[in-house]
Amino acid sequence: MSFFIETLVGGLLAGVMYSLVAIGFVLVFKASGVFNFAQGSMVLCAALTFVTLRDKEIPFWLAAVITLAIMVAIAILIERVVLRPLVNRPQITLFMATLGLSFVIEGLAQIAMGASVHELDLGIIDTPVKFGDVQVSQFDLVAAGTAAVLVAALSIFFSRTRTGIALRAIADDPQAALSIGIRLQSLWQIVWGVAGFVSLVAGLLWGARQGVQFALTLVVLKALPVLIIGGFTSIAGAIVGGLIVGASDSLAEIYLGNLLGGSVSTWFSYVLAVAFLLVRPAGLFGEAPIERI
Amino acid sequence: MTTSPFLDLDAIEVLYGHAILALRGVSLEVAQGSIVALLGANGAGKTTTLKAISNLLASERGHLSRGTITWRGEVTTRLDPADLVAKGIVQVLEGRHVFPQLTVEENLLSGGFLRRPSRRALTDDLERVYSWFPRLKQRRKARCGLTSGGEQQMVAIGRALMTHPTLVLLDEPSMGLAPIIVEEIFHIIRDLNTKEGVSFVLAEQNAHLVLRFADHGYVLENGRVAASGTAAELAARDDVAEFYLGSAASGARPAALAQHDPVA
Repeated sequence: MSFFIETLVGGLLAGVMYSLVAIGFVLVFKASGVFNFAQGSMVLCAALTFVTLRDKEIPFWLAAVITLAIMVAIAILIERVVLRPLVNRPQITLFMATLGLSFVIEGLAQIAMGASVHELDLGIIDTPVKFGDVQVSQFDLVAAGTAAVLVAALSIFFSRTRTGIALRAIADDPQAALSIGIRLQSLWQIVWGVAGFVSLVAGLLWGARQGVQFALTLVVLKALPVLIIGGFTSIAGAIVGGLIVGASDSLAEIYLGNLLGGSVSTWFSYVLAVAFLLVRPAGLFGEAPIERI
Repeated sequence: MTTSPFLDLDAIEVLYGHAILALRGVSLEVAQGSIVALLGANGAGKTTTLKAISNLLASERGHLSRGTITWRGEVTTRLDPADLVAKGIVQVLEGRHVFPQLTVEENLLSGGFLRRPSRRALTDDLERVYSWFPRLKQRRKARCGLTSGGEQQMVAIGRALMTHPTLVLLDEPSMGLAPIIVEEIFHIIRDLNTKEGVSFVLAEQNAHLVLRFADHGYVLENGRVAASGTAAELAARDDVAEFYLGSAASGARPAALAQHDPVA
């Protein structure tokens, strides 16, 4: 039994790491309807920048602040240069633009900072903590705590602040938002900036866990089932989706792995996502359109 | 009424997608403190005229290709919609367009953001809107998408009032609403006009109704002004009555509607 619980808890905590990436997608998708494929590249870029700064002996907090400034600047630049000229184009055009963008960001980041694998030390000791019979990774606990703080901050931002309410208004009906004087473009810049911040947090944690390397951009692919299960428009959904993906992946690996010849965790969540698409396309927490009859 | 030009449209033409000419030289004037009715059938150019005034054409790939719109002596062509809202023109879109996932109160609040008022001033504005639409106060915590059509129209108008407008452009406020609700909303519009001095441009298909409340009227046809005059003059004109008011017999209108109803 304790083995089961350990697998479950480990999976749940690993899932939180996916949630961190998924939240970045949700933010941009909610406010502008763009599925930002470049989010993964932004995560890599944040981690690379931070590591490069740390290698130059710049203190931790200063490096974090500089990286944040760079990420926000990149985000605002993307909004201005790439997305603004494409306003009112079909969604697929915007998606293709962000797909192209992801290659540009990856390429430029590696030209500027090199393609070698860096180690990133956040100073978190990764010794297991024991709760009774169950061992839990301390690093995973820190990651989960970070995600919890991030989500709490974002949900206060969206429900209590004027900017947050205006962002939700834009997500609901951009035309109506425009008609009452909400400035879409400045708010899009804000939301891209916040997405830049989220990608920094995700980049640091993923970088510390896996090493900072090109493969970091692939976490995007794992964020997809998280988004489909949780819903593209809900931050709570991104968290729950991440937990489900993490837990089901690791449980399936342990209990189905032998039957199916291993590596179950690489595909199991995608099968789950397809099942969700069939049964509940808006996802668990996605905003199903309200229809009055 | 002889006031200095308040809102003035001078021979405007509007093109959609560089190809479709929706307005072909519309001129109209709105005097300060008046209610102006914009009449016409579907596709006559009522909505396009309103969107040209509020500069909302760009989001539908339309633009003003000729003519000028002057708001209090200033040509508005280069202003973006938010600038116009700040200068006192606000549009209530056809079909209400409330924010369905936001609560009624959040919908109203969103109208106040542009002015960056203090928290106190924002609450005062909210109470003022609730005093015009008491019904909304009871529903303040409800998600707007789940409220009735009449309530949504009130939210849309209330949200527009939160911007402190001097001119409100209302597109088809009666659409899809029960006659008793429509009556209630039009009376509130008239009170807002007489007590708060807010001017209105009302685009309506229901000409009978709107001419009872308006001072002036313009009849649009195929993107042109086909007739104009005071509301009383328009209501009295035979040709306008025939084309836009329907026959006076009360039974005729429902019958005509039933004929055009695709579901029936």
